Amino acid sequence: MSEVKDIVLQYVIDEYLEQDSDQEITFDTKLISGGIVDSFSMVSLKVFLETRYKIQIPDAKATPDAFDSVNNIVKLLEEFGIQ
Amino acid sequence: MAFSNELRTTFQQELSNIQQAGIFKEERIIHAPQSSEIDVVFPAGSEKKHVLNLCANNYLGLSSHPEVVKAAHEGLDSRGYGMSSVRFICGTQDIHKELERKLTKFLGTEDTILFPSCMDANAGVFEAILTEQDIMIADRLVHASIVDGMRLCKAQQDTFKHSDMDHLEKKLQLHQDKRSRMIITDGAFSMDGDLARMDKIVELAEKYNSMVFIDDSHASGFIGKTGRGTHEHFGVVGKIDVITTTLGKALGGASGGCVSGRKEIVELCRQKARPYLFSNTIPPVVVAAANKVLDIITSTTERRDKLEKNTQFWRKGLTEAGFIIKEGETPIVPVMLFNAKLSQDFSKDLYYEGIYVVGFFFPVVPKGQARIRTQLSAAHEMHQLQKALKAFIKIGKKYDILHKTKEEIIEKYGL
Repeated sequence: MSEVKDIVLQYVIDEYLEQDSDQEITFDTKLISGGIVDSFSMVSLKVFLETRYKIQIPDAKATPDAFDSVNNIVKLLEEFGIQ
Repeated sequence: MAFSNELRTTFQQELSNIQQAGIFKEERIIHAPQSSEIDVVFPAGSEKKHVLNLCANNYLGLSSHPEVVKAAHEGLDSRGYGMSSVRFICGTQDIHKELERKLTKFLGTEDTILFPSCMDANAGVFEAILTEQDIMIADRLVHASIVDGMRLCKAQQDTFKHSDMDHLEKKLQLHQDKRSRMIITDGAFSMDGDLARMDKIVELAEKYNSMVFIDDSHASGFIGKTGRGTHEHFGVVGKIDVITTTLGKALGGASGGCVSGRKEIVELCRQKARPYLFSNTIPPVVVAAANKVLDIITSTTERRDKLEKNTQFWRKGLTEAGFIIKEGETPIVPVMLFNAKLSQDFSKDLYYEGIYVVGFFFPVVPKGQARIRTQLSAAHEMHQLQKALKAFIKIGKKYDILHKTKEEIIEKYGL
């Protein structure tokens, strides 16, 4: 469980934080409503999860809320049996 | 009744939410032609105020230039007011073709097609040329019209961190399995005033077999030694596959845009781009004036040179006064205030000092990066900029933000 969480967190940090950013991202940090990830850039996160875990996330499930924190993403992955 | 009271309440609630969020937009009413000084009524019902304008996209000061206005009159007299048609039925005049030829030559491309706006050009171009097998890789700070255009296209999409060439390279490596790749970026970024690193982008595009797209709306006419745009500035003229740009900023400021680039791409837009096919042609009066604009800026670089001098004066003046500005070389100069309310209060105080600027904050810019965006023009005279600088310093002192670090300003005003 913690491994999935850590992988997702690391991806989010590498993918979305600018090099000179002093912002800290934790498992609870609001990604979309917090302005770190916009809906336009959310696509790469969805593609990463689908490729890494060999799943297809339907658009209806790929909501801003489902992607709004690492914890939320982990919950979404659990629905696909990823733990 | 179709528009029920329940529905009205729903819409009213939504408007109220926008107001409560502090992002309700109100139009300022201008009672003059666009210029370096204008008469403004704001808020509605208040006295008309004569102010110095530092927020127009009138980079070359051609919006109300006498020669441009004269050309518009002549266009109106010789080619009429409206065309009552889309381009491909009976909406293409000789002057439309003339403008397309002039833009092609000016931008150093193979061909050009006019659109009613650059928003329309961006909305139409991707869908016309890319398929599900292709990938669009966009800088994360591209203009909203590009985001919308990408959404209308069936091609796959990805993004890279703003101007981060290492990140872009990783994305290009990741997407080598696609039929084709297109790197998508603004030439000059409208909120930060920085330039895309076109030399590096072209280098990566060649290495990873990718097309390059730029929206040069905030650069065409004045960036580069002869004002041809970001590609000229970085020495990559002829290497950009698609350039979209607008006639609504430096190039006369009225309306209209274009897709310019590889001739097959332009022809596909003529055949398939929906905003071109299903929207009226640009009115003759605008086309005639735009033709004159191209004549003016290709005969002399005087105006872009003056704009460059104004920009240097303004950037140096603000920096020496102790403001934090986004570094760069474009006439888009953001003065960083970080706090949203401070940006609003600061711009309001400047307005009372006779300086018209607008504060931007989330969601227009990222949280904690509120700012006042100033934009220079070749229409500005030095005495006007000196007056503006004095006013900025006065208000800067009032809020005690001069010679302060970002952290100190945030500590004082919060994020």
